[in-house]
Amino acid sequence: MATGPARKGLLVATFSTLVVAALVAYTVGSSPAWPEVQKAFFDGRYFSTSLPAVAEAFTINIRLFIIAELLILPIGLLIALARSITAPALAPLRIFATIFVDFFRGVPSILIIYVLGFGVPALQLDGVPKEPFFWALVTLVLIYSAYVSEVYRAGIESIHPSQERAARALGLTRIQALRYVVIPQAFRRVIPPLLNDFIGLQKDTALVSILGVVETFKQAQILKAASFNFTPLMTTALIFLIITIPMTRLVDRLAAKDRNAQLGGTR
Amino acid sequence: MAAPKPAPVIELKGLKKRYDGRLVLDGINLSLAEHEVVCLIGASGSGKSTLLRCADLLEPIDAGSIHLDGARVAFEDRDADETRRKLGIVFQGFNLFPHLTVLENVALAPRVALSLTPRAAERRAKELLKSLGLAEKAREYPDKLSGGQQQRVAIARALATEPKVLLLDEITSALDPVLVAEVLETLRSLAESGMTMLIATHEMAFAADVADRICYLEGGRLVEEGSPKRIFGSPRDPRTKEFLRRVRSISGGRRGPGR
Repeated sequence: MATGPARKGLLVATFSTLVVAALVAYTVGSSPAWPEVQKAFFDGRYFSTSLPAVAEAFTINIRLFIIAELLILPIGLLIALARSITAPALAPLRIFATIFVDFFRGVPSILIIYVLGFGVPALQLDGVPKEPFFWALVTLVLIYSAYVSEVYRAGIESIHPSQERAARALGLTRIQALRYVVIPQAFRRVIPPLLNDFIGLQKDTALVSILGVVETFKQAQILKAASFNFTPLMTTALIFLIITIPMTRLVDRLAAKDRNAQLGGTR
Repeated sequence: MAAPKPAPVIELKGLKKRYDGRLVLDGINLSLAEHEVVCLIGASGSGKSTLLRCADLLEPIDAGSIHLDGARVAFEDRDADETRRKLGIVFQGFNLFPHLTVLENVALAPRVALSLTPRAAERRAKELLKSLGLAEKAREYPDKLSGGQQQRVAIARALATEPKVLLLDEITSALDPVLVAEVLETLRSLAESGMTMLIATHEMAFAADVADRICYLEGGRLVEEGSPKRIFGSPRDPRTKEFLRRVRSISGGRRGPGR
């Protein structure tokens, strides 16, 4: 149980939070247009009618971000490794990886989704799939592989060079040193930022609605258009929060654990 | 004619190494016969660590050559990894792999670099740990061990590829004085077992006791070499004399030879 000072701190925190919440509620609630806004955005009736459809469409988002993440994790690692190659003969690989990362990190996601999602199928090439879901998946994988590769790279670079040197001194090749010594340590260190990017990916599945994939956001828009009420969008927002908030807390906890381990583990 | 000298296990000829244009090793000639124990002494920055790292093919050299069992080897060789398996090195900072247990640390190179089966690698690792008195620590992670134990694990790890020569880079410098003794004891028994060793050290008493030959390094040059008795008893070069005088005055004879 909380003791003296801790309990006092908790009381103060609760009190100040309640005061701020009350102030915000009063300010918003007392604005002249609040009743209309409330009806347009937070209508309980529309919430309960939109929930089943919006939630069902969310399974598309789940499929999208799970399949995408399973592809992003290995592809991102390969790109990170390609960028860390020093052999002169493999320079083209390194250059390609660098351009890839610069491009997909530098261009707004929505533009990439437009170009790949509408442009490539429009080429009408034989054997190139036309389904929006496929192109939605491809664009998310490309964009997030670029981000994730940078996370991996930072992780690999955070492992002190003495570790690789020790491995090489034992007669391991560079690849073996990376595989058995550097990457396992780097991976542990980057789990929190990887989860962070995973949360970003989950939210960005809503972007592919522009390709006509009827995922949760698109479904909410359809319902909104039919009812002239924004509440279905709020329903979608709620569903996203239900998924992302626990994951955010998990990231916080892992990061804190990592910090403690590092503080405790140094000699 | 005199009996032919045994061929050196490792031989360094005219080794030169530059860092940013500064000459860190300036024409080192040094060779070790089988079972020989050579100690490198000298102030920090005299080039001892660089010498060991170059000899282990961890860094390219700018001039000279390195010979292992008579064959010339180099950092740039395609089979440099194979050469490194025949050389063991232990670092001042242990550099154990923190994500692996003690046993896995030692078994990694036999399994991955020598392609032994996991069971054979583990058996070899267990034997080594047992011989170094670390059998009960096999399942622990390195950060649970004392500094002296960690350094002995690092020695076991370096021995796991059955190297012809063991290079030791000031391996007691990061340890509490109490822990130094246990690591030196390990080296002493290795020397008695006939391991060929090149040891960079600040432990003069230990060097005097265990070495067949002492080499004094200063400014990247091998200034003087000879038997421990000769170097510590009657050094010829004024630089060696000065170094030994300073070492003795600092340590107050605590670690000095002839304690």
